[in-house]
Amino acid sequence: MQRVLIIGATSAIAEATARIYAERGSRLHLVARSADRLKTITEDLRIRGAAEIGHGSLDVNDVSAHAAVLDAAWADLGDVDVVLIAHGTLPDQKACEASVETALAEFATNATSTIALLTLISNRMQQARRGSIAVISSVAGDRGRSSNYLYGSAKAAVSAFLSGLRQRMARHGVDVITIKPGFVDTPMTREFKKGALWAKPEAIASGIVKAVDKGRSVAYLPWFWFGIMTIIRSIPEFLFKRLSL
Amino acid sequence: MAAAGRSWGRYPVTTEKVVALSDRHASLPKSDVPVLPLGNARSYGDSCLNDGGVLLAARGLDHFIAFDPASGTLTCEAGVLFSEILDLAVPQGWFLPVTPGTRFVTVGGAIANDVHGKNHHRAGTFGHHVLAFELLRTDGTRLRCTPTENAEWFAATVGGLGLTGVVTWAAIQLRRIAGPWMSAENHRFGNLSEFFELSRASDRDYEYTVSWIDCVASGKALGRGLFSRANHAPASPDSRPAAGNRTLGVPFTPPISLINPLSLRAFNQLYYHRQRKSVVHATTHYQPFFYPLDSIANWNRIYGPRGFLQYQCVVPPEAAETAMAELVSTISAGGAGSFLAVLKQFGDKPSPGMLSFPRPGATLALDFPNGGAPTLALLDRLDAIVDGVGGAVYPAKDARMSGAHFRRYFPQWEAFSRFVDPGISSSFWRRVTE
Ligand SMILES: Cc1cc2nc3c(=O)[nH]c(=O)nc-3n(C[C@H](O)[C@H](O)[C@H](O)COP(=O)(O)OP(=O)(O)OC[C@H]3O[C@@H](n4cnc5c(N)ncnc54)[C@H](O)[C@@H]3O)c2cc1C
Ligand SMILES: NC(=O)c1ccc[n+]([C@@H]2O[C@H](COP(=O)([O-])OP(=O)(O)OC[C@H]3O[C@@H](n4cnc5c(N)ncnc54)[C@H](OP(=O)(O)O)[C@@H]3O)[C@@H](O)[C@H]2O)c1
Repeated sequence: MQRVLIIGATSAIAEATARIYAERGSRLHLVARSADRLKTITEDLRIRGAAEIGHGSLDVNDVSAHAAVLDAAWADLGDVDVVLIAHGTLPDQKACEASVETALAEFATNATSTIALLTLISNRMQQARRGSIAVISSVAGDRGRSSNYLYGSAKAAVSAFLSGLRQRMARHGVDVITIKPGFVDTPMTREFKKGALWAKPEAIASGIVKAVDKGRSVAYLPWFWFGIMTIIRSIPEFLFKRLSL
Repeated sequence: MAAAGRSWGRYPVTTEKVVALSDRHASLPKSDVPVLPLGNARSYGDSCLNDGGVLLAARGLDHFIAFDPASGTLTCEAGVLFSEILDLAVPQGWFLPVTPGTRFVTVGGAIANDVHGKNHHRAGTFGHHVLAFELLRTDGTRLRCTPTENAEWFAATVGGLGLTGVVTWAAIQLRRIAGPWMSAENHRFGNLSEFFELSRASDRDYEYTVSWIDCVASGKALGRGLFSRANHAPASPDSRPAAGNRTLGVPFTPPISLINPLSLRAFNQLYYHRQRKSVVHATTHYQPFFYPLDSIANWNRIYGPRGFLQYQCVVPPEAAETAMAELVSTISAGGAGSFLAVLKQFGDKPSPGMLSFPRPGATLALDFPNGGAPTLALLDRLDAIVDGVGGAVYPAKDARMSGAHFRRYFPQWEAFSRFVDPGISSSFWRRVTE
């Protein structure tokens, strides 16, 4: 039986992932900031087959609370096989350009908080010398674009951090998996017009579980985003700066 | 987000803003234009569309709330699909009390159309097995409805076409089964009166009955077809064929309809003769038995960009044989026939909803490629026959019946309209009442 810790458990992608683990009969510990939403999700996951489910309440920007929340998670699960970090926001780029405070707050939610959590989590996993740490970054972190470079730079920080962490943890038998979804139809992207490139959270979730099972390093989800991002990364900067993306 | 709305028939095409619901405890989004709850858009016509308005996509309300494996009562949010209920319940020995011919419908959609299945003669409609639900009105009022509590709201909402409010969750009573297998029999019949005979002889001993009829055949073969009857099989049947997997799909819409008089005639011929013996017994998994079309994803696209129209009517028992003969010969003469025409006898159980479609008599369902005016004219001719004998047409499958016909088919519509939420409307409702 796998023991799975999920941070940002009310995210649509995280919930779809939790359902797959529940159907496997996994033991779950869910951390999120909305207790009501967690209750709804917990009832559902129990019926879908999860073994016991523990809870933690956390606003990820409250960094001083991280240690206690993780202590409680480890105490509840005993040992942890899989950690998934899923929280995030899609900042309003224009608002970030207009206000330092907004820019830094959004950066904190999408990058600093994740780095803080990973620092504590990786030390625990290193001791146990086993397990997987999966973090949802984004294809947006592969290159900054004028339409959302605050978000992109935060995800880039997370991706770079994970790449270093992966090297460090490889020596200790812990997998570190960078998840890079493309466009996903979730509450985060509610206002967007959806086209052919859009995926459902269920599809991303099964990709996440597969990447964890196989111990992949970086998973573009769906896979075709690897091709798209390879092209976007290869455009020379002098041309790229003229594009509106 | 503005999106081109399409129901399963891909006709008509409308424009609406889609707003996703994801929290049953949250209030409904404010809107200046009328809203309409949307399930999984498996209705064929315009009853799940709201041109120029908002669709409240309830599919996101997809949490199970409680399940008691001892009693088989399930409480879940209204966007949960029947397929998810089956995945949960079948391994624990429970089955849907009533199911339509696709498992990709939501609980909310099944309530709003008070859907029926092959066991109508035994089990009645889906609404008969709904123990309770919550109705959320656009003014924020929440009503817990059961057959006895807020009973008038229960009766208005079951079969209420989504017009009385959003169903947020429902409790339903599942049916015990020994396993996923069905023991089924297919009988070939040569004409309509043989169908009615087989039906009378089968309804008592078989929980599920349904027929396919060849609506291209005419003359002496008019109304020939295959009668299928089945029961849930005991735990370990003699043989265990594999479950049907999703293997096929129609990945895009072909530029023209692949259903034309030629392919229709060939299909109907082949289908009728697919079994050499006149009676065939088989043990099958429930999936191919109940959901033959679900194994072909997006099969509705074969009708091309213009889409298609479904037509399902019911005619009362005393007129059933003659009216059916008249309907089938009108269709056969039109040559526009149908890929799959389905015929069934409904039982006598009064339906629980004010606007429920099922009522005693025989029901016929078929689809027609959208050939424009000639197709609509043919359907009007069918309406004249149905109306003439005091029958009715199923709103879940309709995109064109006249307001006058609707009001005669559903005489309670005026009493019902008092329960319509002032913030809610649909393309269908405006079409038949304005
Ligand atoms: C292949 C196929 C076979 C079928 N066979 C049958 C059959 O055998 N018997 C039968 O009865 N029907 C049958 N149908 C029709 C289908 O069962 C109904 O149209 C069903 O209601 C569709 O459910 P849905 O979730 O897709 O709802 P939608 O089509 O999205 O909506 C249907 C109605 O429900 C309302 N609604 C949806 N969600 C809610 C909610 N949460 N609260 C309030 N109102 C809501 C909508 O406003 C709309 O009026 C079949 C359809 C297909 C495609
Ligand atoms: N959707 C996409 O197209 C897409 C693409 C690439 C990557 N991603 C990434 O995928 C992850 C999941 O997002 P999603 O698409 O599933 O969107 P979502 O459903 O909106 O989930 C975002 C989650 O983050 C939580 N969150 C935000 N700020 C928080 C805070 N300060 N403290 C605690 N929790 C906080 C939210 O909690 P509340 O419910 O309490 O608000 C919510 O559960 C994110 O990292 C996102 O960046 C998404």
